[in-house]
Amino acid sequence: MTTGILSFGAYIPRRRLSRSAIYATNAWFAPGLKGLSKGERAIADWDEDPITMAVEAARDALTGIDRATIAETILASTTFPFADRQNAGIVKEALTLSDNSGTMDVGGSLRAGTTALLHALGSSDGRSRLCIAADLRLSRPASEAELLNGDSSAALVVGQGAVIARHCGSHTVSVDFVDHYRAAGSDYDYGWESRWIRDEGYHGVLVDALKSGLAVLGTQAADIDRVIIPLVMRGAVASVAKKAGFRDGAAADVLLEQVGDGGAGHSLLMLVAALEAAKPGEKILLVGFGQGVDMILLEATDALLDLPARRGVAGSIARRSPDSNYARWLFHRGQLDLERGMRAESDLKQPATALWRERKGVMGLVGGRCTRTGTVQFPKTEISVNPNDHARFTQEDYPLAERRATIVTYTADSLSYTPAPPLYYGLIDFEGGGRMKVEFADVEEGDVEVGRELEMVFRIHAVDERRNFKRYFWKAAPAATEA
Amino acid sequence: MASGIKDKVAILGMGCAKFGERWDKDAGQLMVEAFDEALVDAGIDSSQIDAAWLGVAYDVVNLGSSGIPMSFALRLPNIGVTKVENYCASGTESLRGAVYAVASGAADIALAMGVEKLKDTGYGGLPIRTLGTNLDMIGIEGSGPGNFAQLASAYRSVHGVGKDDLKRAMAHVSVKSHANGLKNPKAHLRSAISIDQVLNAPMIAEPLGLFDCCGVSDGAACAIVTTPEIARALGKKDLVTVKALQISASNGWEQQQAGGWNGSYFHTTRIAAARAYEEAGITNPRQQISMTEVHDCFSITELVTMEDLLLSKEGEGWRDVLDGVFDADGAVPCQIDGGLKCFGHPIGASGLRMIYENYLQLLGRAGDRQLRNPPSLALSHNLGGQPSENISAVAIVGLANA
Repeated sequence: MTTGILSFGAYIPRRRLSRSAIYATNAWFAPGLKGLSKGERAIADWDEDPITMAVEAARDALTGIDRATIAETILASTTFPFADRQNAGIVKEALTLSDNSGTMDVGGSLRAGTTALLHALGSSDGRSRLCIAADLRLSRPASEAELLNGDSSAALVVGQGAVIARHCGSHTVSVDFVDHYRAAGSDYDYGWESRWIRDEGYHGVLVDALKSGLAVLGTQAADIDRVIIPLVMRGAVASVAKKAGFRDGAAADVLLEQVGDGGAGHSLLMLVAALEAAKPGEKILLVGFGQGVDMILLEATDALLDLPARRGVAGSIARRSPDSNYARWLFHRGQLDLERGMRAESDLKQPATALWRERKGVMGLVGGRCTRTGTVQFPKTEISVNPNDHARFTQEDYPLAERRATIVTYTADSLSYTPAPPLYYGLIDFEGGGRMKVEFADVEEGDVEVGRELEMVFRIHAVDERRNFKRYFWKAAPAATEA
Repeated sequence: MASGIKDKVAILGMGCAKFGERWDKDAGQLMVEAFDEALVDAGIDSSQIDAAWLGVAYDVVNLGSSGIPMSFALRLPNIGVTKVENYCASGTESLRGAVYAVASGAADIALAMGVEKLKDTGYGGLPIRTLGTNLDMIGIEGSGPGNFAQLASAYRSVHGVGKDDLKRAMAHVSVKSHANGLKNPKAHLRSAISIDQVLNAPMIAEPLGLFDCCGVSDGAACAIVTTPEIARALGKKDLVTVKALQISASNGWEQQQAGGWNGSYFHTTRIAAARAYEEAGITNPRQQISMTEVHDCFSITELVTMEDLLLSKEGEGWRDVLDGVFDADGAVPCQIDGGLKCFGHPIGASGLRMIYENYLQLLGRAGDRQLRNPPSLALSHNLGGQPSENISAVAIVGLANA
């Protein structure tokens, strides 16, 4: 059987912060950043993190795929919310994947995305694996990273059968080249001089690895149709591609203009964009860089043409909300200590007992369906809500997360505390039954009314700042118009 | 069906503290203020009380737990004191306990007290509190205005009412209550306002602006109840009796059954009203009810409640409001004391404050704001929770011969 990529998905937060807005505030202090002040970068909302972004990319990748086939969920990131509580495990719960499936976190390097993919491709049991990468890297105000980074996630389903891209081989080089690092517990990277990184790292370590790797893979640079080199330093991709002998135009766009550097997930994000544009038969070389080099050679197949429509990178880039509110973003990233008022003082302690007991409903948005009356409800309860038949103990699990809903009632609440006022919420009815009172996400002013169609998104519900615990739950976002 | 409590219980005396930002008094002192007025009115002393109920919603910022704080504050004679909590309907809930105790014969004289000390929290609006372990994981900590504002979105959609039309009708509700509150010395807010002031006020929760929201106040109100026979034996001539007292609690249907409730009305109020009218023998509320005090926590709440109480036809409440049907000189005056909007809303006290006004009006003791047409049956509606899940209490009191 052929091993390779069965499906792909992506998620880029809708808000795109104008780099010129960042620069305008910081120019007095760091005028040298002007050269980086073009275009826009993706920014996660206050209630997003690598876990929530990973869930959204995974849902996109699982379009048309039976979730029961997923044997393992692998999540790559350098900014995991939890150091000891498996992050991939939270993603698995949100996706309502089988308890009889594996989970794994891969981190420690910007190469983590490709390393996770190598693990998935190298597993020999023939079963499908969900490989996701997501990063939300903090950066100091007035740093280059602040302008270059962009929050995003990409996901691939890897396995055997009708692959859209055949795995033709891989090669890895590992060297402790410290172009930057982030110590455990630190918020920010520390980086070395960019000229040295370019000369010794990109033109040295990377180009050498590409040359030796292509030989190991039994191919030549000139035969590669698309090469994915996730380096956002200006001119780096072009010079590396040229020195390694790739054809003009083979190097994929790094998505800097619209998205920014997605960290551990950026190589996979670029791969998704490449697959969206690729034709069957094209050879794609995927490169990961970080304390060494991962190289994965893929060949697009005819199955690519039959892949069901999805959001992907193109759709994610198109779902865009231009933003110039630099202060809001700093606040959402915890870098601006706004006066939040007494209403923000609630103790948000999460009883572990209750989360475990209710995990399917809370993490997976699984409601109940009465097997006698067909009544759907959330949450699932022992006695049905149906007034005509309060049937007892008749409910089966009924997942609601992938169902669309419509607004029954709503408000925009300026009194309740939220990091993104006003707080939008209301009562919604799901297609096919089920109703809940829920917070809305991603609402643009004027785009909320009774009857408006919604889709569910996995988000941070609340943060217990005293105990460093994040509570996740589902919110309802205005549905994209294309669906 | 049960025979009900119509005319089985009489109000012997009532008291109500001055509502407002009572920086000078704690919850116990507010209770004493209301209690002393009620004792004088009843013509008894506290040793004659057999049982007591205390309604209070936010125990942590008030009194602490249990009925003991009231027993201490009023130095009650070691009788049973029961604390009840049912959101903003706690006041009527405490009266239900006292009325049922007298109706059953278990007590000759019983006390119902409601109190709330909200202005020790440090901010406007109601205090933040947990929704409960499970709901904290899946619920929204919406504000009161945010929860009730949603009525307006659904009402507009269900009845095809324009945003501006509904906003103007809501504004009329508040302007009317301010005009009434101006005449009430115990009211928290005593100032007339204009329609334009309401329409141009800062938005709190769409579409509710500042003047669509009631005051948040400190206060206490109480009732001493007994049987009509004992009341007469104690020398009372004009008796106000309880005609009906019904409470309905949501069971989740509104919030969980898709396609059921449409979000534009109170399911429980319709149920409680129907039961109360049956208990009181009222067949035509619009003709028979002389006046109402309803739970106008927000202007839109009062507006849709007029329909739920069958005082307006469904979908036409906003027109009746604009036509002045519920104004002081209208067919069925509403909030003649200023309502929650202006008298104020110390949560646990509000249900009893409403009945206090109805009681004064029935006895012709309402001073400057006394209704010109002598009322005979007065309704109070006291609601706790939010439109999608709530406790709705309807109490009807009237002259003994009405």
